[in-house]
Amino acid sequence: MTTPLIELRDIEKHFGSVIALAGVSLSVLPGECHCLLGDNGAGKSTFIKTMSGVHMPTHGEILVEGRKTVFDSPRDAMEAGIATVYQDLAMIPLMSVTRNFWMGREPQKRVGPFKFIDFDKANSVTMEEMAKMGIHLREPAQAVGTLSGGERQTVAISRAVYFGAKVLILDEPTSALGVRQTSNVLATIAKVREKGIGVVFITHNVRHAMAVGDRFTVLNRGKTLGTALRGEITAEELQDMMAGGRELADLAEVLGGTV
Amino acid sequence: MSVEADRNPESSPQQAARDERVREISPVRKALIRPELGAICGTILVFVFFLAVARDSGMFSADGALNWTVVSAQFAVLAVGACLLMIAGEFDLSVGSMIGFSGIVIAITSVTWGWPVWAGILTAFALALALGWLNGYLVIRTGLPSFIVTLAFLYILRGLTIFASIATTRKTIIGGVREAAEGDWLAPLFGGKILNGLFVTLADWGWIGKLRNGNPVVDGIPMLVVWALVLIVAGHLLLTRTRFGNWIFASGGDAQAARYVGVPVNRVKIAMFMLTAFCATVFATCQVIEFGSAAADRGLLKEFEAIISVVIGGALLTGGYGSVIGAALGALIFGVVQQGLFFAGVESSLFRVFLGVILLMAVILNTYIRRMITGER
Ligand SMILES: Nc1ncnc2c1ncn2[C@@H]1O[C@H](COP(=O)(O)OP(=O)(O)OP(=O)(O)O)[C@@H](O)[C@H]1O
Ligand SMILES: [Mg+2]
Repeated sequence: MTTPLIELRDIEKHFGSVIALAGVSLSVLPGECHCLLGDNGAGKSTFIKTMSGVHMPTHGEILVEGRKTVFDSPRDAMEAGIATVYQDLAMIPLMSVTRNFWMGREPQKRVGPFKFIDFDKANSVTMEEMAKMGIHLREPAQAVGTLSGGERQTVAISRAVYFGAKVLILDEPTSALGVRQTSNVLATIAKVREKGIGVVFITHNVRHAMAVGDRFTVLNRGKTLGTALRGEITAEELQDMMAGGRELADLAEVLGGTV
Repeated sequence: MSVEADRNPESSPQQAARDERVREISPVRKALIRPELGAICGTILVFVFFLAVARDSGMFSADGALNWTVVSAQFAVLAVGACLLMIAGEFDLSVGSMIGFSGIVIAITSVTWGWPVWAGILTAFALALALGWLNGYLVIRTGLPSFIVTLAFLYILRGLTIFASIATTRKTIIGGVREAAEGDWLAPLFGGKILNGLFVTLADWGWIGKLRNGNPVVDGIPMLVVWALVLIVAGHLLLTRTRFGNWIFASGGDAQAARYVGVPVNRVKIAMFMLTAFCATVFATCQVIEFGSAAADRGLLKEFEAIISVVIGGALLTGGYGSVIGAALGALIFGVVQQGLFFAGVESSLFRVFLGVILLMAVILNTYIRRMITGER
């Protein structure tokens, strides 16, 4: 059996008296898309924040490629190859795509005693990486603010991939997107997975999860309700687990099965 | 600087397959739509205006041109610092007080205490950089808006300057710097002129006028103008071509996003506060060496004039966007209008009316241009 890229065992996280996570386990294999589902407040964001070094877990352990690891900061996690694309993306809309793509890691070339940004390289790599994800930029000097939400997600994802992410965590990348852009992002996820990168895909939307997921973990009130393999579970069952089953089934009856 | 020579280094022509949905933008439009566009239009407008109304006033003769060039250079020296700081997301309202402070430091050390002038100048720079650092450190540490922190320093520094001047000499104006600077090795870097020979030759050819004593009406380029040009070119290259420049944009654009990817935002901001203080001291030193005296009330309102130049130049008040070339053109507009109205014999109180109108027009135009470039809503 392959060692998981990252494995979290029995994670608990308390914020004072609030128990946000009460023993959650999850692993990510190379090249798989692991969907993390759950209702609002289920603890999904809190869970991935412990995975990316933002929160220290109150209890439980994290193994990176089989070795026990403690992340003291997001930088630690980044260096271990765990990249997170947050909902707010960490992109600067006023700056160009190239400048955003390379921010903090600009390639340089020497001109006499000075070091300048190597814009030829920066631009061509940016265009190439974006093209690989199926987005053809008008020009790399275009400001990120002129891109659509889906395209911005793609810039953020391709940046993470280019800089060597092994595990890519996406927190609700499709929640604010329309149909066409959602399918772009889902296609991007599929491409990333082909490279052998493990993807953690957080969503409320069962259909989006079913479209690209290999495994599905459902969180409910800080607990895992279990992990299912693709093909072992139907969309309806997932939906039921997310909403805690019962209430939704009742609701479905009232609404005539439209939920 | 021509628009062509300054082509945006980020726009490389080579591209992969095109998306059929993106509308092609004509090269002309692309060359035009840039942060400095508003300032370029403003500059042309201002020159056309004064060529029409003040051509015969001597404004465009050699000495007339030098007059507004020097005034513009004064604004430009301050505008470069203010521009980079504003792009990094901060303001410095203490620039004017810093000018008075640095000037008095030079005068007290060299005249009252009898130090060599170079030592006085270096002391002024060291103190100014330390104060710039303190400004930045307090802004970062307290998380207060730089507007408030530097407003405090506007008062603190001005008060200290007047106090120090009166306590040591019983006066608020200290003269005698020119005599002290005689033969000094550092002072000519701020007070001298270059290309004297060229202007003598030009005068001999009859291209520029001569005074009655046989000297040309313009006998060289003042060092202040040289400082302005050097700062503009260096600032422009730093901002647009270097890694640090990218960090300046990032720090002002979204400090949190910049920190996520490892940009040392605090260091960048503090460095820009120090640069602003540096520019203020260059201005102060040039003025002290040229006038031969320092006054505790020098530099009043200079912080606003610098900010106005920067904003006319297309920078966004909230940071993350702007251009050094634009700021320099803003300074040129400012200088030409101020001196041009004088040449044209317009009542000087109308200058402020003019300035206000230009500022308003520039900001409206710049907002429109910026929206086109950045897709901002
Ligand atoms: N910093 C915090 N301090 C206190 N409580 C917190 C903190 N962060 C999260 N919580 C609590 O933990 C629980 C889980 O929140 P979390 O943001 O992980 O939910 P989520 O599954 O991401 O929800 P959503 O789908 O709405 O994004 C919530 O009850 C929330 O109030
Ligand atoms: Mg969440």
